[in-house]
Amino acid sequence: MKKVYSRPKSLKPTKFHYCPGCGHSTVHRLICEVIDELSIADRTIGVCPAGCAVIAYNYFDVDMIEAAHGRGCAVATGIKRVLPDRVIFTYQGDGDLAAIGTAETLHAANRGENFTIIFINNAVYGMTGGQMAPTTLTGQFSTTTPFGRSEKLDGYPIRVSELLAQLPGTVYIERCAVNSPLNINRTKKALKKAFLYQMDNDFGLTMIEILSQCPTNWKMSPPDACRWMEEVMMKEYPLGIIKDVTAIKGAE
Amino acid sequence: MHKKVLMSGNHVIGEAAILAGCRFYAGYPITPQNELAEYMAEHMRKTPGGIFIQAESEIAAINMVLGAAAAGARAMTSSSSPGISLKQEGISFLACDELPAVIVNIMRGGPGLGNIAPSQGDYFQATKGGGHGDYRTPVLAPAHIQELADLTMDAFDLADRYRTPVVILADGMMGQMMEPVIFKTPPPRQYDESYVLKGKEMGKSRFIRGLILDAIRMEEHNWKLYRKYQVMAQKEVRYEAHLIEDAEIVIVAYGTAARIAKGAIKRLREEGYAVGLLRPITLWPFPEKELREIAKKVNSFIVFEMSTGQMLEDVKLALEGRAHIDFYGRPGGVIPTPAELAKVIAYKARRNER
Ligand code: SF4
Repeated sequence: MKKVYSRPKSLKPTKFHYCPGCGHSTVHRLICEVIDELSIADRTIGVCPAGCAVIAYNYFDVDMIEAAHGRGCAVATGIKRVLPDRVIFTYQGDGDLAAIGTAETLHAANRGENFTIIFINNAVYGMTGGQMAPTTLTGQFSTTTPFGRSEKLDGYPIRVSELLAQLPGTVYIERCAVNSPLNINRTKKALKKAFLYQMDNDFGLTMIEILSQCPTNWKMSPPDACRWMEEVMMKEYPLGIIKDVTAIKGAE
Repeated sequence: MHKKVLMSGNHVIGEAAILAGCRFYAGYPITPQNELAEYMAEHMRKTPGGIFIQAESEIAAINMVLGAAAAGARAMTSSSSPGISLKQEGISFLACDELPAVIVNIMRGGPGLGNIAPSQGDYFQATKGGGHGDYRTPVLAPAHIQELADLTMDAFDLADRYRTPVVILADGMMGQMMEPVIFKTPPPRQYDESYVLKGKEMGKSRFIRGLILDAIRMEEHNWKLYRKYQVMAQKEVRYEAHLIEDAEIVIVAYGTAARIAKGAIKRLREEGYAVGLLRPITLWPFPEKELREIAKKVNSFIVFEMSTGQMLEDVKLALEGRAHIDFYGRPGGVIPTPAELAKVIAYKARRNER
């Protein structure tokens, strides 16, 4: 019998600490599959966030460094400028990327830093116990929006991908999701495209935003979380390519 | 051997850093250290492999330095007081991650936005850790431009040897002042490649982290850092003793204040007062033993700072009541004259005699 599915080589044989039904584990696996398929495990460096994925270095079998909350893009800038021939990615949640690290993210994008942001959007602060994130939906309940997020009092959900797409330093931004097999496959393709672009060029930021289930803090069963994402969350954050100038620049 | 040249302090730091092999600089504009960033902007980009980034913030700059240090570059950032406050998060992470980097603080008057005049108000911040958590950073305090050049080069070696962030603490006066300088030729860098993150290549993957959830293991990490600091305290203390042999009164001052003190001492000696100077060059580790040694013969110390009295606490801790300690300070960016200091010391000397 032919083996058609196994653990990617770049994924360490360790049990995930993530909650059942959490999107992080799926995304980790996809990144490792892509790293294996591109044979870049020997020259990839990842930057971990603060948040649920803070110990991502326990799972990825590539060199990793942990950044302070929000500083992933600054740390990645330092690494990539010193080692331009390595493949660098940051793994960041919505609070990390779009609240405390907004400046670092925006300016790395504006400088066209040649690394890849993997942006996990689950509309909530997971690790700290479910507080409002910058991407929390209007009306969504969280521990700091106990009456639902009010636009007037708490501001609007931020669409980071659309925001960064305005900047000439970004070359490829796609919003994906990991709530269904179809979306998972699309996410993998997007990740691969981003890495390939990075490998073939010396300028331009790539970002893959991934809508990711957080059943624990959404207070839903895993299947309900997948459904809620499709029916509610994707209305605010529609999937698809937000920006792609890689073809013009001859990336593929 | 390089030729003698006339340069301002800020430019000297930049040149010395590049000569020492610094190839990564990130910074954010703030007076009175802009000339350093500007020097780096021009000269880093002219140096093969040199990287200059004008960061969006002090926080970003120090984190870029952290990334560059992890990737194996000699890296530096600089700022002035309020900007250094912002960098403290990153300095704490560098200390925890055991990454080498050089941080230059050209101090200005504070607290708050303060002013842009030379001051020494950041002594506590520099010598007591500065950021969160249980750590120290070596602090080098130059008092003239030649020393600024030499200490800048040494800072990179210290950072590598102990895998730690190192602070150069000078004030606006040192940054702006011009003096002749001869740049040394620094020894080649010695830094173990195995600490560098560059992709696992043929070996095993590595990670650099500061998160240690298990309290016992975090405690171990703290003690490991502590032992490293103990070694530094034993081996890296530097100071200058000026006219100490026959002194009856010893001024303790560093940086610009020490220059003023030397002027005051000249006047006081002419008036017949036997005054000397102990100038700490490393503010951390602090020359405690040396002070205690002097206190065997001298009973009267006067700490002089351009602050309300910060190093004063370290002098008191070092002497543990062994001698009489006076203080004179001018905070907020005021630069006292040697004549003013001489007058104060003469007055105190007469009062203490009574
Ligand atoms: S809290 Fe949410 S994001 Fe964090 S591991 Fe659990 S499900 Fe995943």
